[in-house]
Amino acid sequence: MPPEHTPRREVVTGVPRAARRRPGHAPARSEISEQTTLGTTYVRSLMRSQLRAALRALGVLVLLVGSLPLLFALPGALGGWPGSPAPFVWAALGFGVYPVMWLTARWYVRRAERNERDFVRLVEGR
Amino acid sequence: MERTYTALAVAGVVLATVLIGGLGLRISRTTSDFYVASRTVKPGLNAAAISGEYLSAASFLGIAGLVLLQGPEMLWYPVGYTAGYLVLLVLVAAPLRRSGAYTLSDFAEARLESAAVRRLASLFVVGIGWLYLLPQLQGAGLTLAILTGAPDWLGSVVVAVVVTGAVAAGGMRSITFVQAFQYGLKLTALLVPALFLATAWAADDAPRARFDAPAVLREHTEVRIDDTVRVDVGAPLTLTATGTVDGEVRRGEPFTLEEGPHRIEAGTVLGLPKGAPVPERAATDADPAGWSQPLAGGREGPQLYATYGLILATFLGTMGLPHVAVRFYTSPHGRAARRTTLVVLGLIGAFYLLPPVYGALGRVYTPELALTGEADAAVLVLPERVIGGAGGELLGALLAAGAFAAFLSTASGLTMSVAGVITQDVLPPRGVRYFRLATVLAMTVPLVLSVVSRDVPVADAVGLAFAVSASSFCPLLVLGIWWRRLTPPGAAAGLVAGGGSALTAVMATRAGLPPQGWPHTLMAWPAVWSVPLGFLTMVGVSLATARHVPAGAGAILARLHLPEDLAARTGHQGPGRTGGPGPGPTGHRGREGAGR
Repeated sequence: MPPEHTPRREVVTGVPRAARRRPGHAPARSEISEQTTLGTTYVRSLMRSQLRAALRALGVLVLLVGSLPLLFALPGALGGWPGSPAPFVWAALGFGVYPVMWLTARWYVRRAERNERDFVRLVEGR
Repeated sequence: MERTYTALAVAGVVLATVLIGGLGLRISRTTSDFYVASRTVKPGLNAAAISGEYLSAASFLGIAGLVLLQGPEMLWYPVGYTAGYLVLLVLVAAPLRRSGAYTLSDFAEARLESAAVRRLASLFVVGIGWLYLLPQLQGAGLTLAILTGAPDWLGSVVVAVVVTGAVAAGGMRSITFVQAFQYGLKLTALLVPALFLATAWAADDAPRARFDAPAVLREHTEVRIDDTVRVDVGAPLTLTATGTVDGEVRRGEPFTLEEGPHRIEAGTVLGLPKGAPVPERAATDADPAGWSQPLAGGREGPQLYATYGLILATFLGTMGLPHVAVRFYTSPHGRAARRTTLVVLGLIGAFYLLPPVYGALGRVYTPELALTGEADAAVLVLPERVIGGAGGELLGALLAAGAFAAFLSTASGLTMSVAGVITQDVLPPRGVRYFRLATVLAMTVPLVLSVVSRDVPVADAVGLAFAVSASSFCPLLVLGIWWRRLTPPGAAAGLVAGGGSALTAVMATRAGLPPQGWPHTLMAWPAVWSVPLGFLTMVGVSLATARHVPAGAGAILARLHLPEDLAARTGHQGPGRTGGPGPGPTGHRGREGAGR
């Protein structure tokens, strides 16, 4: 094999000592791994913030999409309505709801990832 | 009909599926590749594969047919299929991936540490999987029969053989490529003809589709009735007929049908004049009219209830479909699972903009399909009707190819997941060879059912599968992920009460047991009451059996919710530290590496 194809020699070492152990804050991790009351509380706080984000996204879905059948039925129930609701039904169900759902999903994904980052920061004490 | 082009197009899709599957097989080197594509599928490719698998024939053909028959209210189906993914994303996606569960039964066992709940969950997975496979196979038979005049069973057998071959040979890695390809094919097959059709429609002075009055024929139309139908005629209608109408033999002479119900025998050919309203097919319970039962029309109350029944079933049912759950395990970590789901939402949302176009155009150009009960074929026959000539034939062939891609991809995903459960819970754990045996088993049962039950209306089994899944697996997943105090007896009771009652209700409706009116509506759309029943039973029984809370519940919840990098450092990754007997991210009862 010609010399230029030989992979370059590299020195492999462990994680720098400073990054491996953060004095004073490592216990948070072991609290979680050892299932102490404090550790459980940590996990519970993460679950609660994630659940809050999920419920908020579901709330948007219920409010903006789940309420549509009632909205469509409203003109019929109230009686007189100028014109037919059909164009509105087409616009809402055929197109309008999809961007709403996608934006809700994007908001949720960002929120959930931020919750996780915040949690890691809390546990690692950064 | 354009038999040559269509046959060529279908053969092309089958061939491409086999070739791409073979390509994947060459890449698929390890057992881990085989089952889960080594859990390294990138979000983009994985999302295309998930979308390809999820968009079944019900989406490709069924939505347009339903819109043609019943108008824009039917668009709740695609909205529900999409919203189901949003609910799945926010409640289940990342924790399900982190649980390391390959199937829903794995999740049940890992979370509850109970072999009994695992077996019960497996029963539901196989049941829902077969319910969902059946209409795919029957739809394939119907499509091939309508397009090429082939016998009914041929399409089912073609799909079954190709899918079994592809899944058994290549496993998950090759299926991922095949399904990503099929998403692209389905989108193209629906998008390109839609552009041509819209252009032709605009050139035709853009006739409006009306849904508040019977559809009107645009030209003299010959309609062949293949199955005896009852029709409701709104106003006296003059037409010709060759065959038997209301017991009288007609030989092509014009006559008038009075207002009211009429019976047209099988084999009759009706000649309807231009401008005639299409007689409406009278609703019968044993009528295989479409992919799902129509939302009970007419009065406001039942219709509103039925709409919410549909919304609950589809919004909450998606997360429990067996082929959807398996897919999450192919993501490398929880965050990727979330991002993948976000891409999936975009991909299926984009796809669902198209079927309504076909539904509206079908109402204008092919309204007689409502009479023959072949509304599902609207997508396939529109190009020939609107554009005609060689162009129309080619576009029709492209649509047929897309429809077959839909049957193939959904059927292969379902077979993969059902076979996975059968391998783990029925056959001895001996690796890949048994998985292949399970694949054959997973496909044989629905294939035999689809051939035997040709005349039984099973087409709405898709809606049924969603309702059962929403009432059984949705409570199990949501409570399992977010509620520490769930117990095995609670989970089992909830599965049986929710899923069992939904199944019973829909079966009873199919058998025609409940009387017309509210009882019928309540039974036909069970999700409104069976989902709360499933949740309440699960919570109630869990609270009553509080001492059965699994010992490792806290550790497993930590594993489900902690980000992987943190979990790895705190020891919450892997079955060794969490103490559960369930499958961890690295071992399925020692299956990986087995069989080599």
